[in-house]
Amino acid sequence: MSSIENKTTSNWLNSDRRRLIMQEYGIFLAFLLLVAILSVSNEFFLTPGNISNVLLQTSINGVLAIGMTFVILTRGIDLSVGSVVALAGMVSASFVTSSATAGIAGAPYPMVVALAAGILVGVGCGALVGFIVSRFSVPAFVATLGMLSAARGATLIYGGGKPVPGLSPEFRWIGTGNILGIPMPVILLAVVFAVSWWVLTRTRFGRYIYAVGGNPHAAKTSGINVTRIRFMVYVISGALSGLAGMILSARTGSALPQAGIAYELDAIAAVVIGGTSLSGGVGRVTGTLIGALIIGVMNNGLDLMGIQSYYQQVLKGALIVGAVMLDQKRNQGV
Amino acid sequence: MQPLLKVEGLKKSFGGVAALRDGRFELAGGSVHALCGGNGAGKSTFLSILMGIHKRDGGTILHRGKPVEFSSPAEALHSGIAIIEQELSPVPHMTVAENIYLGREPSARFGGIDFKTMNRNAQALLDRLEFSISAREYMMNLSVAQMQLVEIAKALSHEADVIFMDEPTSAIGEKEAQHLFSAIERLKAEGKGIVYVSHRLSEIFQIADSYTVFRDGGFVGAGKLAGIDRPGLIRMIVGRELGEEYIKTNTPTEIAGLEVSGLSAPGKIEDISFTARKGEIFGIYGLMGSGRTEIFNCLFGMDRPSSGEIRLDGQAVSIRQPSDAMAEGIAFVTEDRKVTGLNLTDSVRNNICLASLPEMSPAFVMQKSQEQAASADMIARFSIKAARDTMPVSGLSGGNQQKVVLGKWFLRQPRLLLLDEPTRGVDVGAKREIYRIICDFAASGGTVVMISSEIDEILGMSDRILVMRQGRSAGIHDRQETDAQSLVHLST
Repeated sequence: MSSIENKTTSNWLNSDRRRLIMQEYGIFLAFLLLVAILSVSNEFFLTPGNISNVLLQTSINGVLAIGMTFVILTRGIDLSVGSVVALAGMVSASFVTSSATAGIAGAPYPMVVALAAGILVGVGCGALVGFIVSRFSVPAFVATLGMLSAARGATLIYGGGKPVPGLSPEFRWIGTGNILGIPMPVILLAVVFAVSWWVLTRTRFGRYIYAVGGNPHAAKTSGINVTRIRFMVYVISGALSGLAGMILSARTGSALPQAGIAYELDAIAAVVIGGTSLSGGVGRVTGTLIGALIIGVMNNGLDLMGIQSYYQQVLKGALIVGAVMLDQKRNQGV
Repeated sequence: MQPLLKVEGLKKSFGGVAALRDGRFELAGGSVHALCGGNGAGKSTFLSILMGIHKRDGGTILHRGKPVEFSSPAEALHSGIAIIEQELSPVPHMTVAENIYLGREPSARFGGIDFKTMNRNAQALLDRLEFSISAREYMMNLSVAQMQLVEIAKALSHEADVIFMDEPTSAIGEKEAQHLFSAIERLKAEGKGIVYVSHRLSEIFQIADSYTVFRDGGFVGAGKLAGIDRPGLIRMIVGRELGEEYIKTNTPTEIAGLEVSGLSAPGKIEDISFTARKGEIFGIYGLMGSGRTEIFNCLFGMDRPSSGEIRLDGQAVSIRQPSDAMAEGIAFVTEDRKVTGLNLTDSVRNNICLASLPEMSPAFVMQKSQEQAASADMIARFSIKAARDTMPVSGLSGGNQQKVVLGKWFLRQPRLLLLDEPTRGVDVGAKREIYRIICDFAASGGTVVMISSEIDEILGMSDRILVMRQGRSAGIHDRQETDAQSLVHLST
């Protein structure tokens, strides 16, 4: 992140620089402000137990939102993540269930088999969407809307419309276990974040994602295989949806056919609040993580204050629109 | 007789750069007036002010003797000034009648649209103009030429008496153009004033009565076309003699750098052959849509030619995609840096390095120090003026942006440089620097092929010039043996 250091080394009071700093850190400051307000107004908020709870609540949306960031950076969108969560959760669960009727023959298998199956389902769904979007120029909105419906249907077909219960303790560990007191989902989110941050900021592939989103024509004339980059981002989003699906099943102890409904909306919200532009080429995975945390902290804070979840939805809506309004104003250079 | 339209001293600057310094114009009713000038002469600025798209900085516009000022094209149209734009924008899924009466549909009872009256009125209008188009036809089923006629009908339905036509024949065929001209004749007979903007001089001499010439944002002269000949008009448009603006330092060798033979792409180019030698700057001149950019697209793998052979340094090469071309040492500076050259949201450094990442970072992880060094090197070599190379490239001036694009390609150390309008929208100072860069490259043994629609530039910089006309070659000429007049003549 030396670009940030460069910008802050000298003359930071100069208005141009100040705007840049706001651009870089604005969302982070908003997050800190929110945390400050909540910790003052509720003494329970800043306890280790609650912090761990917020992080746990955020982990699934965080993983999905990071995948979504890859897609949105290339000017795309992935509406199918919620359904892929359900499908991957159900398929992987069927490998590790002790129920004789819900599982596939020979279950329970070792956890590794289930993990591989869940990721493969996600990669498969992502690859299909990516293929349709990149090869046939079908708008991402339409292709992933189709997958949203198809993957949900496939989940219902696969499980016969019923949940898959009784998952092996070994598998449940990825949702309920912990290492040194840190819940597994949080660790997984941290790993996904670290790898994604590295890919987007430090690798050629990451640079190409920004180039394709920023100007696909220029990317093409620079010899970049635009089709392949577009394909790959959906595969990544699919794989992370698969991971999120397994975390969800492991946490709840059984895979539900209606799991993950409307999860795509929270994921998109986190990306947008995090400052990634829907018109592509601009954004950071760090912003997305903070965006997901803001949503998690807000839900948690409102819960603590005893505010009904109905109101939470209204506030979340206002937050999304407000964040983008600020972003637009900022981009106009004021 | 009072002129229909009289413009005096029109001024307009964009960000401190004067696009129009002294626009003067006088249009008589019942006549066709040609507005002539090269690229950047100020014609488009002039039109956009008259149409209310831009606000003028100074000057007066008198329409039928009354001063007018428009703040939108709708206002201009309302007061009787219409424009038929080069790029038409009809609503394709509506009928001809719906397009003509868009926004002022006759209303029926209960707030509905009276389609019957609308269709009847539209058909009557089309018939009066002798356009054989049905008012009930969907717009998307019409040819470009027919859409133009519908636009004319629309203008007349607004009772416009001044009609601007901006390059109306650029997208239509010869026969359709003659059709359009007879329509223009009828408008003239009805007493309308038509302002005809075109690069095609033969058309101007065929259809127009009088002319006005702009150059470098200023009025140069006006008069009756009967009183001037073609070379005379070209002299006025081109203006100054080619002076010190172009300093050539390269000398072509006898070794062939790029050989193209029989290159064809259906509907775009046909049977193009030429050889550009090492150390040579080979120019391609032609009007927009004449197939010049299409040649580059085929050479660079953006488009697949249907036939033809490409040889680099005597070796046949097969190019299927841009990365193949780049591997062969071809660099392509595209026509529009904002659309195809730069990622405007990214930094100067990342744009310079964009085409060289696989070479700079063979492994998956990027070599940051290499990028830093490469970017610093190009910034120094081309004296790119940027506060720091991590700033967004959108913050640079046009000339510096263009130098970033050049830097991006020179970083790859190409052996063949394809330049499409390398100095478009670049000020005089930066132009010279870009010419110097091009000459240095050729002088050090590189092969350069350069497209330009600026005739001074093509004559000043190229050793030989290929003229394109309607997708075909109209001959290759030595710079010593040709001049502006004959190039313009050949290309139209």
